[in-house]
Amino acid sequence: MSAILKRELSSYFNSAIAYVVFAAYFFFSGLFFHTYCVLFNSTSLSYVYADMMMIILFIVPIITMKTFADEKYQKTDQALLTSPVSLFQIVMGKYMGAFVMYAMCSCIFLLYAIVISFFAVPEWSVIICTFIGLLLFGAALVAIDIFISSLTESTIVAAIVSMAVNLVIYMMTSFANIISIDWISWIIEKINFATYYDAFKYGLLNITDIVFFLSVAGLFIFFTVRVLEKRRWS
Amino acid sequence: MVEVKNLTKYYGNIKAVDDISFTVETGEILGFLGPNGAGKSTTMNMITGYLSSTSGTVTIDGSEILDDPKKAKSKIGYLPEIPPLYIEMTVRKYLEFMFDLKKVKLPKKEHIEEVMRLVHISEQSERIIKHLSKGYRQRVGFAQALLGNPPVIILDEPTVGLDPKQIIEIRNLIKSLGKKHTVIFSSHVLSEVSEICDRIIVISEGKIAADAKTDELSTQVLGNQKLAVQIEGNSSDIIAAIKKIPAVVRVIKTGEQNDAGKYMIEYDKDSNIRRDVFNAMVRINCAILDMQSGNETLEDLFLRLTSGTVKSSAGGK
Repeated sequence: MSAILKRELSSYFNSAIAYVVFAAYFFFSGLFFHTYCVLFNSTSLSYVYADMMMIILFIVPIITMKTFADEKYQKTDQALLTSPVSLFQIVMGKYMGAFVMYAMCSCIFLLYAIVISFFAVPEWSVIICTFIGLLLFGAALVAIDIFISSLTESTIVAAIVSMAVNLVIYMMTSFANIISIDWISWIIEKINFATYYDAFKYGLLNITDIVFFLSVAGLFIFFTVRVLEKRRWS
Repeated sequence: MVEVKNLTKYYGNIKAVDDISFTVETGEILGFLGPNGAGKSTTMNMITGYLSSTSGTVTIDGSEILDDPKKAKSKIGYLPEIPPLYIEMTVRKYLEFMFDLKKVKLPKKEHIEEVMRLVHISEQSERIIKHLSKGYRQRVGFAQALLGNPPVIILDEPTVGLDPKQIIEIRNLIKSLGKKHTVIFSSHVLSEVSEICDRIIVISEGKIAADAKTDELSTQVLGNQKLAVQIEGNSSDIIAAIKKIPAVVRVIKTGEQNDAGKYMIEYDKDSNIRRDVFNAMVRINCAILDMQSGNETLEDLFLRLTSGTVKSSAGGK
């Protein structure tokens, strides 16, 4: 697994992906930080976090699009699948690689918090909790998008479908509001990421919320393993 | 070393591989021969665990590929038809990755150097694979298959797309590997298979059409040997004289050239009748102008086997 993780990370940095992702992430987070914190003289990073959610929906697919789609297209999956490594280890290696990329981007928030601490006392509990929430939110998105990448041979298709799915996940609260059938809006409420993400924004760490995001990640890692397994049998 | 039993693979309703069984011993080089789409690659993919079989088993040195995949896969070095190369990596970085992936226990740096030397890519080690020619890419693929000195090496059409010099190099490499490893390799080039392999399995439409030692293939499959002769003199006398030779099964006149008749003599595969034919012709005072083996070349045989005009008597060893 560590061999795959290492290769994944080096492939991000050997191609333009890592630099494009970092540039986009730092540009938008810097813009929001400048607008909300510097111009409005605020010590709260909440608005920066909130607006970055929208950007993350498009950045995660860029990180994950190549994971399995490109392996299949280049036929390099033959090397992975005929080596003495289990399917779970292959998926985990790729998942960890993508997640580490995502986490590296997210660390910029800690830098913003440190900048604020030079001028005022930041609300550390909120900043750290939201940061943890952001990582968990990303952990779930990365797993979903890797699963989508495993379904296709085309990185472009993987990226576009992932973005669409991420957008649907992001807009679930609005869906719940416009649907009048009770049981459907109840289900949407229960699987809505925002329901579980909200507490982090207020500096609360609930075990339910953490378990929710980790379960989603686990579930889609499991699905990805099943997709690879199924491909061998079909 | 490699035991394949009743291997069958369906793609949907299409039967790609149909009940194939064979065994390969240690140190044997087995050639897998068949036209495109005969099921060679599918069979190899099942042996290496890339695909699962619909039914049947593959055992590598005692470990079943589906029950104990890690152990079985660690004993195989596989070069698929398209080498599985990460083209953005350098040759050395790629081999280091494959070394780690395969969990090889040998000293890393020395072993990679040794493998690169073996396939002659040491000078290219720092180049990015994307910039390498087809021949070099093939060798890098070959190098990753050799990492960890696996006892079984499986090569799917390793010489396709190479220039003649490279083909000869790869062939020599396969021959030298066969001394220590079990090698299974596929090809649709007959001369190549007959030159390198100890044994040939011909696959046609997912089934084994023939399985025999290379030098015995034609005689085993065809049953009788053939001799093509050109003799001066009266045809009926000549045919009568030849028919008296005990091992002869059949004589037919195939043509005439400059007053000399051409004959095809079919005779029992375990005997040698050339001297008898000579003596018989001396007795009736007819001169033999030409005599050569009338056995079909491997090419003819291959075409007949794969088009289904010959049913092998040597199938299923």
